[in-house]
Amino acid sequence: MAKIQLDQLAHSYLPNPSSESDFALKSMDYMWDDGGAYALLGPSGCGKTTLLNIISGLLVPSRGRIQFDDVDVTDRTPEQRNIAQVFQFPVIYDTMTVSQNLAFPLANRGVDESEIKRRVADMLETLELSSKADQRARGLTADEKQKISLGRGLVRYDVNAILFDEPLTVIDPHMKWQLRTKLKELHQRLGHTMIYVTHDQTEALTFADKVVVMYEGEVVQIGTPEELFERPSHTFVGYFIGSPGMNILPCEVEGSAAFVDGLRIPLGFNYEPPANATLELGVRPEFVRFARQDENGVPVTMDSVDDVGRHRIAKVRLAGHALNIILEEGHEIPTSNIGIVCDPIRSGVYANKHRLEGSAVNLEGTF
Amino acid sequence: MVAKTVNQKAWFLVLPVLLVVAFNAIIPLMTVVNYSVQDTFSPGVFFFEGTKWYQEVLASPRFHGALGRQLLYTAIILIIEIPLGVAVALAMPRTGPWVSVCLVLMALPLLIPWNVVGAMWNIFALPDIGLLGFGLNWLGFDYNYTQQPLAAWFTVILMDVWHWTSLVVLLAYAGLSSIPDAYYQAAKIDGASRFAVFRYIQLPKMKRVLIIALLLRFMDSFMIYTEPFVLTGGGPGNSTTFLSIDLVKAAIGEFNLGIAASMSILYFLMTLLVCWVFYTLMMRGEEDT
Repeated sequence: MAKIQLDQLAHSYLPNPSSESDFALKSMDYMWDDGGAYALLGPSGCGKTTLLNIISGLLVPSRGRIQFDDVDVTDRTPEQRNIAQVFQFPVIYDTMTVSQNLAFPLANRGVDESEIKRRVADMLETLELSSKADQRARGLTADEKQKISLGRGLVRYDVNAILFDEPLTVIDPHMKWQLRTKLKELHQRLGHTMIYVTHDQTEALTFADKVVVMYEGEVVQIGTPEELFERPSHTFVGYFIGSPGMNILPCEVEGSAAFVDGLRIPLGFNYEPPANATLELGVRPEFVRFARQDENGVPVTMDSVDDVGRHRIAKVRLAGHALNIILEEGHEIPTSNIGIVCDPIRSGVYANKHRLEGSAVNLEGTF
Repeated sequence: MVAKTVNQKAWFLVLPVLLVVAFNAIIPLMTVVNYSVQDTFSPGVFFFEGTKWYQEVLASPRFHGALGRQLLYTAIILIIEIPLGVAVALAMPRTGPWVSVCLVLMALPLLIPWNVVGAMWNIFALPDIGLLGFGLNWLGFDYNYTQQPLAAWFTVILMDVWHWTSLVVLLAYAGLSSIPDAYYQAAKIDGASRFAVFRYIQLPKMKRVLIIALLLRFMDSFMIYTEPFVLTGGGPGNSTTFLSIDLVKAAIGEFNLGIAASMSILYFLMTLLVCWVFYTLMMRGEEDT
């Protein structure tokens, strides 16, 4: 187990990258704690798999260094780095039985016979595959095969980190939940550093202690699921996490109020936005509620209301800009003079897509 | 009660197919079957002879000799071509501009007509003017394929390896290309040696195409005719007279229709049987997928 340090890391798939846009992964400096469960979350093509392969050693970065526990491993092979990796599609050795599959990485490392036997039996137990130990691995279901892929990593107790590259893609939905729970349980029991690549926010938020959100080759935010939800530091994070994502409205800001097409929306902090920056107001649908215009509501027009099961989502227009509102049970939509109120403390201001920090609490306005 | 109308006209719909199959398969095959159980002294006059020709063929040393040579030849070329083909496929580049160059080079021998291959090697191996024959003699080997049975065998086998290993290479290469990268990456992470990667990933994934390669090479080599016929004419003596060469000698050279027909039937059954045995043996254990 190890902490992982990325030092000025960048990668391009082109031989001679010249401009910023040639890089699949833009320069980054991060430290990931020993024993942490991290999720790399982002849309397809954001560089998350590239980053994962650099950490595992399958890819050598064009620039920068990578360290495990203060040892530079940039030029080491995956085997020398002593990591385990689970891929999108289960990799099993067809001709071997389930236990031979699990024994394979140990046998390759010259572990003794009796020790291999003990560890394999133990791992079969953990993965609940004991009854299939002597079956050909080929005949198993996708989720069982994926468990074997994982088991081949876990059976080596001393791995520095276990990396997952969208491991649940080919698994049936009802098995996904089980496997994810299993992973979480194994993480708590064995304490390996785990890095999990996914484009599914639910997977990332349930699996990880810290979620690393990536967008166009950059890490835009690292934080706990709560932080990502409450204080997204980039409009992409706000939009990507949450269902529906954060409402983002172009605005002007003066002190502790935002103006969307002249309509005043009170904010929880005082802001001094940089000159010439494109400003946007970000507020999650969870933190907007209806209020009559004569009760401080900002006027909106109704588009539609969708019932999504647990709650309803109202789609409205504020000065022509679309806005989603999650309606909790019992809350009703005013019949006339429809307006909305945003929670001032949980409304954020973004300059050129990055969150601005405000100062001095503003007590005006109630939610 | 309503009487059920029986209408059998639908049978006419299969008539065209029946006709085509009859003319291209059933009638020719039945002609051979007919010849194999009959004897004739003048055109149009046939006597039923039962299994006489079969017994005669099965008991004849000439047939035993040809069959033995045939089996030995097929075994040798399979033992050489399958591993060699796999080895060449493994050595070929997986990506880059050289892929197409290699594939074209590999495909070349397969594009040459069989009798041209025979003629090429016939000249290539001539001890006085051929590059191969002259070269071997110049190096001090006493080599003359028109007179020495061993030299003739060497030449025929070398020619077949040159001509057909490419087929195995192309099939094996296709099998290798279908293995996802994740397998190699996982093997790297599991610390597998180069040999383990071959044994546990590449070989199992190539199994199906190798079965096809083996069957094709078996059938083709078991029925080989043109190339050795052009190269050695079955000689010197009978040393390279394989089953089809012998068959043609019996049928056309000696006009021994009964013998030739029963040989053909036996020959056909043997090929079918061996293919079936190969296939069943190799597909065993595949059912549990």
